Amino acid sequence: MTQEALKVVGQSVLRRDGMGHVTGKTIYVDDINFPDMLHLKMVRSPVPHAKIKGLDFSEAEKVPGFVRALTYQDVPKNVYTILCLIGVGPDEEPVLAEDKVLYKGEQIAAIVAETEEAAMEAVSKVRLDLEELPAVLDVEDALRPDAPILKDWGTNYFVYEGHHCRRVRFGDVEKAFEEADNIVEGRYQTSPIEHAPTETTGCVAKPEADGRVTVYTNTQALFFTLDNTALILQVPFQKLHFVGGTVGGGFGGKVDVIVEPIATLAAMKTGRPVKYKFTREEEMRVSSSRGAWRMYYKDGVMKDGRIIARKVTSYADAGAYNRHTPYAVTKHAANVAGPYRIPNVWIDGYCVYTNRQPGSAMRGFGVTPASFAIEVQMDKIAEAVGMDPWAVRFINAYRDGDIKPHQKVVEDATLIEVIQAAAELVGHELPEEFKKMKSSDREEV
Amino acid sequence: MASKIVSFTLNGRETEVIVKPLTTLQKLLREQLGLTATKAGCKQGGCGSCTVLVDGEPMMSCLLPVEDVEGQEVTTLEGLTQNGELHAIQETFYEKFAVQCGFCTPGMVMVAKALLDRNPRPGRAEIVEALTGNYCRCTGYEPIIQAVEEAARRTNGHGV
Repeated sequence: MTQEALKVVGQSVLRRDGMGHVTGKTIYVDDINFPDMLHLKMVRSPVPHAKIKGLDFSEAEKVPGFVRALTYQDVPKNVYTILCLIGVGPDEEPVLAEDKVLYKGEQIAAIVAETEEAAMEAVSKVRLDLEELPAVLDVEDALRPDAPILKDWGTNYFVYEGHHCRRVRFGDVEKAFEEADNIVEGRYQTSPIEHAPTETTGCVAKPEADGRVTVYTNTQALFFTLDNTALILQVPFQKLHFVGGTVGGGFGGKVDVIVEPIATLAAMKTGRPVKYKFTREEEMRVSSSRGAWRMYYKDGVMKDGRIIARKVTSYADAGAYNRHTPYAVTKHAANVAGPYRIPNVWIDGYCVYTNRQPGSAMRGFGVTPASFAIEVQMDKIAEAVGMDPWAVRFINAYRDGDIKPHQKVVEDATLIEVIQAAAELVGHELPEEFKKMKSSDREEV
Repeated sequence: MASKIVSFTLNGRETEVIVKPLTTLQKLLREQLGLTATKAGCKQGGCGSCTVLVDGEPMMSCLLPVEDVEGQEVTTLEGLTQNGELHAIQETFYEKFAVQCGFCTPGMVMVAKALLDRNPRPGRAEIVEALTGNYCRCTGYEPIIQAVEEAARRTNGHGV
């Protein structure tokens, strides 16, 4: 390509949507209203784990403006799992809870009313008959034999192709530990994090004259959401028209399919547009968070700084339901070695269910907790062998053509070049041998 | 309780509305008048996305009953663009990438307007101080601060 052909590369290009943002003309989902629009609010579980023995709408129905309630019996295919679209199963999350709830804030019944205020008032008048059950709130507690079992298939972990966890086996870690000069161990833990987008999750579903439903939504995953909604409602995909693309902050928090199926169902049942938008409190308390992780690392290290073995056991807290966590654990398992060449690696990565708010996608989910543990581990290794932390990273850096533990050949490694650039930026003088290193060729250390 | 008639100036126009007592200015603007530039990020005075100017002072419209603006002058982001001409703050927010998802932008622009009207040559610390009530999750604030600095320069310290 000639230099003249490059019109954007190297240029600062103004945002396509910037003019709408600075003039206030950008239309977000909550800016969409229709004259006959109804509002949907959710009856939620007040406890983390309970049996549902009964629901009583009689007082709620008396609230002026009440239109109707929806329960799981109204949902054509109530139990789903978002990642069924990429072959993850079995289905395990109800759109509306059936006989039990597994987390505080779980959706039990939808109330549709003429105004937002009426919907909220009616929600407050629904009587729940719940029998509270012991809750399990810690990943390792959830795997103990006496833990209450949350899933119908009889375990508190996701089953990966018949196995209790996602496993990677590469070389022989136990043998390498015997040969290692040092063993460096670490226990790492990350907390759940709320994405806290300025715009809360929401949608408006509008029945059209031709029998289709238009759904305006701030999802980050428009077609994923359309497909899941069609499967849940058991309607052909072309019956739904999803309109999106304007998201007031997402960061992974608007990837799950939560508000659209029930709002679309409510629109179909009432024949009127329906808005379902989270309050700030709902966004904080019930929207998926970044999942919490606990990771145990054990590394075998030689005096010269080389890592020759790594054994990792990781527990991802999925919360009550899958959402995107089974996939996060797979990504995690592929990345526990980090951008380093380690010839012997063993990992067991568990996707664990607890009675907590479901965790899901957020910026590198699965990989970010691993990176945190790995880089603290690298500093510990440097300390254990009495070497410069920069040197430990250069010595172990992966190069083009190396094999990663999950059997992928490394291409375009560039780690060495990135560390060199970082050293220059912070004014750290590197020894000549590291300045000369390249990702493209591996001279044995 | 009976609804009330409230008169005030909205973006330069005499306006009269009928509202139920304690209806917030945010709800009136967005739902009754269709002026949706003013956002509703939290409805509890925590995010600043609903900031409007009342007699030149920045106020969170989600906490403000409409009765309280009787006889006063209310300006929303829609009122900043005059005859199709962008205000200097709008220009610099656009050019300096002070917008990403855009949801905090209306509140940020209104707060900046109030600041520059009061203090045409603010220092960086004064800009940061003025923006502290407004939450942005995308930009890390730096481009917003730079956009306000540039808007002050562009108006050459003459206010905007």
